Amino acid sequence: MTLLFYLAGAVAVIATIGVILQTNIVHALLYLILSLLAVAVIFYTLGAPLAAMLEAIVYAGAIMVLFLFVIMMLNLGQNTREQERDWLRAGGWLPPAFLAGVLLAQLLLVMSGVEGMSAAEQVGVMAVGTRLFGPYVLAVELASILLLAGLVSAYHLARQIRAEDE
Amino acid sequence: MFEYAVGSALSIASILLVVIVIAAMLIWVERRLLGFWQERLGPNRLGWFGILQVVADMIKIFTKEDWVPPFADRLSFVIAPAIIMVVVLMSFAVIPFAPNIGVIDSNIGVLFVLAMASLGAYSVMLGGLSSNNKYALLGSLRAAAQMVSYEVFMGISLLGVVVLAGSFNLREIVESQADGWYIVPQCVGFLIFLIAGVAESHRLPFDIPEAEQEICAGYHTEYSGMKFGMFFVGEYLGLVLISSLITVLFFGGWLGPALLPPIVWFALKAGFFIAFFILMRAALPRPRYDQLMSYGWLFLLPLSLVNLLATGAVVLAAQ
Amino acid sequence: MFSLIRDTLLSQAVTLWRVFRKLFVKADTVQYPDEQPYMFPRWRGRIILSRDPDGEERCVACNLCAVACPVDCIALQKAETEDGRWYPEFFRINFSRCIMCGFCEEACPTNAIQLTPDFEMAEYVRQDMVWEKEDLLIDGTGKYHDYNFYRVAGKQVAGKDKGEALNEAEPVNVRSLLP
Repeated sequence: MTLLFYLAGAVAVIATIGVILQTNIVHALLYLILSLLAVAVIFYTLGAPLAAMLEAIVYAGAIMVLFLFVIMMLNLGQNTREQERDWLRAGGWLPPAFLAGVLLAQLLLVMSGVEGMSAAEQVGVMAVGTRLFGPYVLAVELASILLLAGLVSAYHLARQIRAEDE
Repeated sequence: MFEYAVGSALSIASILLVVIVIAAMLIWVERRLLGFWQERLGPNRLGWFGILQVVADMIKIFTKEDWVPPFADRLSFVIAPAIIMVVVLMSFAVIPFAPNIGVIDSNIGVLFVLAMASLGAYSVMLGGLSSNNKYALLGSLRAAAQMVSYEVFMGISLLGVVVLAGSFNLREIVESQADGWYIVPQCVGFLIFLIAGVAESHRLPFDIPEAEQEICAGYHTEYSGMKFGMFFVGEYLGLVLISSLITVLFFGGWLGPALLPPIVWFALKAGFFIAFFILMRAALPRPRYDQLMSYGWLFLLPLSLVNLLATGAVVLAAQ
Repeated sequence: MFSLIRDTLLSQAVTLWRVFRKLFVKADTVQYPDEQPYMFPRWRGRIILSRDPDGEERCVACNLCAVACPVDCIALQKAETEDGRWYPEFFRINFSRCIMCGFCEEACPTNAIQLTPDFEMAEYVRQDMVWEKEDLLIDGTGKYHDYNFYRVAGKQVAGKDKGEALNEAEPVNVRSLLP
């Protein structure tokens, strides 16, 4: 299990670097999906199968599909590829990379003090459910209200376009 | 989980082989059954009742030129047909075929199948997008919208069964059907799952992404040789998967009178649904794209939510 | 709501059932090479040139078939015998072009060119699809057994003078005043 964890972690890191370095947007997206799936595996090894599956269903399966959907509509060609290459070449990535390195160092420093989590116990679906609708019911309700607002606004936007057509 | 998988490497290999062989045989079965339903004979010349047609088809598909169009995005073009095969075969890992046959006894089986189904959307999308062909792009746009939408109802319609069984484990779901199959309390869920399953494996009548009469062959317009073959076999694997899932979730999996061994019961039930899907292909016309979408969002989604709500209420009242 | 269910589910179920019943219906297929299909006498297949009941060639090389042919697959050359009969010197049909439309048969004034119910004419060499007169000409009369062009036409040939054809009046003497 530990081996699997480190393997998945390595895949996630490499894939994320791939996302940044790829100039072809579809390939970058493929790396992003791979990275999300690796994160799902990490969740599984940490004993959270429900979170792992939801990561795969919601992020890799639904949100990234919508990303790809948008890319299909945009018709990105050679121009964007050159633009991406320009951005990578210009050295503009050095300061952000330095800052991110500082953050990473801090994270490592903080994390080194924490005891390693035991992956022996698995948190089942039932446990997550009772927790969500027990102590965290307020958060669930708030999230659902947020989603409802999103739903209503999406409906409104779609409605308006249809009204213009008529 | 890790040692379980390694220990049953032999069973994994045999299940994989059997499933792929069955999917390949379906090429012949489907053509034969379609023939009978259209008052034709279907392929009947090669071997016993034409059963060697499968071999002939395989030879043909393996020896065809495996061509990548120069205008295609090579990486995604090659990876797309592999995704559908891998994803569908992975889903078979959690299917309990019989009490002692199956790869993984996972307590998140239903979710795993849903996750794999949602990843399957990439195959058609990437295939269409990377082909750099307008019909392929149209096909993959349709596929994306259709699969993402019908995943939602598929998931929600399954939850009724999950609520009744109290588990995401497919094996436990089968075992909890010993007193009665879930088709009786969950007939609405079954219908929604059936429709969503057809849409999810984009078979006729919901083959809108490939609709030959409208957009050539949709997302696999540019594919040839074994890459096309993988899409093709992937579709049949999806058919077997959906039939097995229906059997497991609503028709008691391997359960049945003791005159036959459990695996035979499973095969009979799954075979019935495979034949039913082929009958649907023979009989039903393809709806328009917007009809499919509005039918899904305006009819199936509310219906599946009501079904889930009613199931939950009944289960709560019974406790 | 009810009509939606009726339209989407019930009608589809009826269709499914009706198609399912086809499983027990005998197939329409004729397994061709093993089992010969019945060919209708008026089937438009391989083209032949027929002879009249006396055994002479019917074709008078009028070229109407070649003109009528939409794909220009017929080529012929007129020639004349000593007794005044016209005949084709060569008659060539390129069957790799022929679309079996039957226009030549309809255009033919002498019922010489006819289409037959034979359709098995595949060849490995394309040149073999070009048929000459000796390949096309048959010994019989084809579909019309009694018709003999020179017997009914006004054309003068050896052994049949003007006015001697069937239902033909004597030639009018334009120099005479008698009715």
